[in-house]
Amino acid sequence: MQIKEYKPLIVAFCCNWCSYAGADLAGNNRLNYPAEVKIIRVPCSCRVNPMFILRAFQRGADGVIICGCHPGDCHYTSGNYYTRRRMALLFSMLDFLGIERERTRVEWVSAAEGAKFATTMNDFVEKVASLGENKRLEDLRCKR
Amino acid sequence: MQKITLESLVEKAVSLLENGTVTSVLGWKKGEFDYDITPAVFESADELKKDFVWNDFCGANFSKYLVSKTCKSEGKILVFLKPCDTYSFNQLLTEHRFDREKVYAVGIPCEGMADINKVKEVVGDGISKIESNGDDLVVTTIYEDAPVKVTCKDVLAERCVNCKSKRHVAYDELLGEEGEVIASERFDEVERLEKMTPEERFAFWQNELSKCIRCNACRDVCPACTCEKCVFDNPNSGVENKAASNSFEEKMFHIIRAFHVAGRCTDCGECSRVCPQNIPLHLLNRKFIKDINEFYGEYQAGAEVGLRAPLVDYTLEDLEPGEVFDRRDNNA
Amino acid sequence: MQRIGVFVCWCGSNIAATVDVQAVAQALKNEPGVVFSTDYQYMCSQAGQDMIKEAVAEHNLTGIVVCSCSPRMHEATFRKTAAAAGLNPYMVEIANIREQCSWVHKDIPTGTEKAIILGKAAVAKVNLNTPLTPGESPVTKRALVIGGGIAGIQTALDIADAGFPVDIVETKPTIGGKMAQLDKTFPTLDCAACILTPKMVDVAQNDKIRIFSYSEVEEVSGFVGNFDVKIKKRARYVKEDLCTGCGACVEKCPMKKVPNEFNLGMDNRPAIYIPFAQAVPKVATIDPNACNMLKNGKCGLCARVCTAGAIDYTQKDEIIEEKYGAIVVATGFNPISMDKFDEFAYSQSKDVITSLEFERLTNAAGPTAGKLVRPSDGEHPHTIVFVQCVGSRCENCAEKGKEYCSKICCMYTAKHAMLVRDKYPDIETYVFYIDVRTPGKNFDEFYRRAVEEYGVKYVKGMVGKVSPEGKKLKVQASDLLNNKQLNIDADLVVLAAAIEPDKSARPLATMLTASMDTNDFFTEAHPKLRPVESPTAGVFLSGACQGPKDIPETVSQAGAAASKVIGLLAKDKLTGNPCIASSDENMCNGCSSCERVCPYGAITYVDKEFRMPDRTTKVRRVAQVNPAVCQGCGACTVACPSGAMDLRGFASNQIIAEVDAICK
Repeated sequence: MQIKEYKPLIVAFCCNWCSYAGADLAGNNRLNYPAEVKIIRVPCSCRVNPMFILRAFQRGADGVIICGCHPGDCHYTSGNYYTRRRMALLFSMLDFLGIERERTRVEWVSAAEGAKFATTMNDFVEKVASLGENKRLEDLRCKR
Repeated sequence: MQKITLESLVEKAVSLLENGTVTSVLGWKKGEFDYDITPAVFESADELKKDFVWNDFCGANFSKYLVSKTCKSEGKILVFLKPCDTYSFNQLLTEHRFDREKVYAVGIPCEGMADINKVKEVVGDGISKIESNGDDLVVTTIYEDAPVKVTCKDVLAERCVNCKSKRHVAYDELLGEEGEVIASERFDEVERLEKMTPEERFAFWQNELSKCIRCNACRDVCPACTCEKCVFDNPNSGVENKAASNSFEEKMFHIIRAFHVAGRCTDCGECSRVCPQNIPLHLLNRKFIKDINEFYGEYQAGAEVGLRAPLVDYTLEDLEPGEVFDRRDNNA
Repeated sequence: MQRIGVFVCWCGSNIAATVDVQAVAQALKNEPGVVFSTDYQYMCSQAGQDMIKEAVAEHNLTGIVVCSCSPRMHEATFRKTAAAAGLNPYMVEIANIREQCSWVHKDIPTGTEKAIILGKAAVAKVNLNTPLTPGESPVTKRALVIGGGIAGIQTALDIADAGFPVDIVETKPTIGGKMAQLDKTFPTLDCAACILTPKMVDVAQNDKIRIFSYSEVEEVSGFVGNFDVKIKKRARYVKEDLCTGCGACVEKCPMKKVPNEFNLGMDNRPAIYIPFAQAVPKVATIDPNACNMLKNGKCGLCARVCTAGAIDYTQKDEIIEEKYGAIVVATGFNPISMDKFDEFAYSQSKDVITSLEFERLTNAAGPTAGKLVRPSDGEHPHTIVFVQCVGSRCENCAEKGKEYCSKICCMYTAKHAMLVRDKYPDIETYVFYIDVRTPGKNFDEFYRRAVEEYGVKYVKGMVGKVSPEGKKLKVQASDLLNNKQLNIDADLVVLAAAIEPDKSARPLATMLTASMDTNDFFTEAHPKLRPVESPTAGVFLSGACQGPKDIPETVSQAGAAASKVIGLLAKDKLTGNPCIASSDENMCNGCSSCERVCPYGAITYVDKEFRMPDRTTKVRRVAQVNPAVCQGCGACTVACPSGAMDLRGFASNQIIAEVDAICK
């Protein structure tokens, strides 16, 4: 019997100005991270609606990570401060509903932090992989 | 057991109608049974004298009705507000949802409302009549010859047991005596859940939310849910759904609904009151309120008009999403 | 339905080495909406771009997906290609299969699989793309400078120099600001008036510049390129066009006991006055609180002596309405009040003064004609104690002072002490400091000269208490380096008071929807990269309104702000970013959540009439986004509970489509 190696599916929302550029820098420097990470570009981390996150989980994502500029460095001056509040509350609520807290994360990655982007993704994928499949927030109809 | 009498409310309403202060009255009317009281608009003294009701089942929070009522009528509308309703009233004003000039708000004291489910637990089904008698409710059922006495205090709704304020934060006129803000124990149940393991919490909510039939009563009654078009009714929103076809959609609906009202919910408890499946929906809202209080400082939505809600605000020193759990684990 | 063309780039071997580009092109062929799919070695090359143009023509494409390097690299290139092929440039999406795929993954199956998914996400997004056109708005080629100190003067001169008309609004009767009150300037010790007043004259003589003195901004509406401003010109009871500034009225005015604010109340002026000899405009002003004629109709002497007939006791405040393309804030600073610093006995003794008062006391045009004497008895002082950081760097004392460093005090205190020692070598000077901060060209040399050449005694430590005893001021202080207490009998104590933004800044910021920090300093659009722009488009910052600054820094910032203004006014039309928020009025609740999170003040509300299904009409408050102001962050879209607010180019349904494509 062959057991297929479990690979988690990670959706990463990256702000255009810092984190997406940080991911590009990780690429420029050929810093590896798992291919399970798929990046969606948004103008600012504050564009990420909780509905997008739940949608990702519904469709089978095992982890969702939001990356933005460091507090104080937002291209739009204050967007990531709103992200910080929204996600702190949302993640706390997901935890309250019994969803594994390691499946969600917010990380501030600057355009100069290619290495941080890669290590963050490596670490996040590892943590999510250890949890196994997302069963608590899945929609069986969307099962792959 | 309400201290203020039906007669004094009707008298006040009639006099305001007759002296022209208001042209209509938002009040309570008996439904099919003595305990299913429904909101109604009265436009004459006769209607008021005939149908106006005030008893221990008048829990409905009228604030939300002002959104649709004030934009239609030309004249002023009289609204009776219990202390907890006044918070929603202020919150809606903060959000410019109705025209304050078109409302005459009369604050009325409230001794707490009864929960019919708790009454039924004592007397069983088949209730045909409920009357107030001092601190008791006298309940007649179709199965028993003699009416059964129930003490009001024993059947108080959860939100009233944990009443957060008997003080009105808005009114044009106050009937009866003003109360105080109360240090309630309303977060105890949230704390109990927080102390569970994630697995236990998941099981708890899976059990509760799976009862959801997506009747939308919680949304329709919620004074914070006054959207012209709800995202769940909007095919373009990406989350539209009409029926809870599986456990994900139940969660999606309740998480998003709670998030949308986070920082704006006044904890009036109407969601849980109207839920036909008796899901403790207020716990989701209270979780947000508790987190907001802990993370960003005490905040009571609707305490004043014009407050900046916590989710449209920030400080440079806010805690990081990652710190939320460290903090809780350290406190536990 | 879109007709999408997919173009997969090899990027030589950069992509092709770890991604099977042909397989990607093949796989994406089957995606909904895709009618053409191909791969090429270098999509960004001329040949690659031509290939795209040909495909657009041949296959009638409505949308383009390029699977290539990062959009940060070539999105603009491919948008231009699309435009050249007759497509809307915003119908292009890039799948980043180089930086975020081929370069970070090692084997071909993994890279190919991920590239296909990223391609699918881009296709899913393009399916929902709509053509976007940047909004255009005209530019009023006139600038407003609020504040007529050195910052405002320099900005106005530079803008006028480029040929654009500028108006300066100044609350005082004359321009000149704080610099006009200074004696000498560090580190070169040239006299402030000698370098400032020629500039003031330049302003007065420049036909591109209008000065509204004794005036204030009353109301601001509009947005970048199109501000409507109401300026209140306060009645000065003197006709500006007739007054020659001869000063006869000032001489004859019988009411001579009004504290002279230009000299910080250290001497008196008449009820009709010209703040100082080189004032611009050199026009008299009647102080309505002091003038007997205005108070009770008894006097009228000035009108009788004025040969020009300029006095007009019936003058009223006047509102001037003007349109501007850009607004520069140059509201400057003030020393904080010393009332709460009882420990320094400021309110108890006339001989405890602030540094600005010291400037007047040593100024040749000041109350003592430049002779340094004790304000209390006019005697020559023998010992002067300078106290630095009074109210600056004041931790946990928000009710009294400021947490920040006021930046200019170290240098002007060194200047004061040096000037005293230079002119009166018999006077002992002590400077008490927390740190001496001298970053700036020739600043540290200047400070060292004060210590080494002029023998100013610098003591690290704070003054604990100043108590007047007889004619002396007992100064108790600690010397931290020698770890001992000092008691000095001083004749004069000079307090380097912290500086704070002018009180007019806060209401002005509200009018301009410009953001401020907790100290009421204006915030810049980016602390490093856009230091002279406010986050509110079209509003620029000059001088100490943005943070404590000395004169050289202020002048360079003033010039920088002017160049930004010139850049703006030089345009005939402003082209916006089309990826901006917009609100669906049918769904908007008018709740103000979006407005509260908008960092640019781009959202306003209007009451709009809606026809209801039952044929009645209903008036609702709805949000409107100003396309010239919105920068497209999307904060509003999440604050909006109903989803009425959406972001063009990053619409909710587009992002959800990407999520779905990735998770499928």
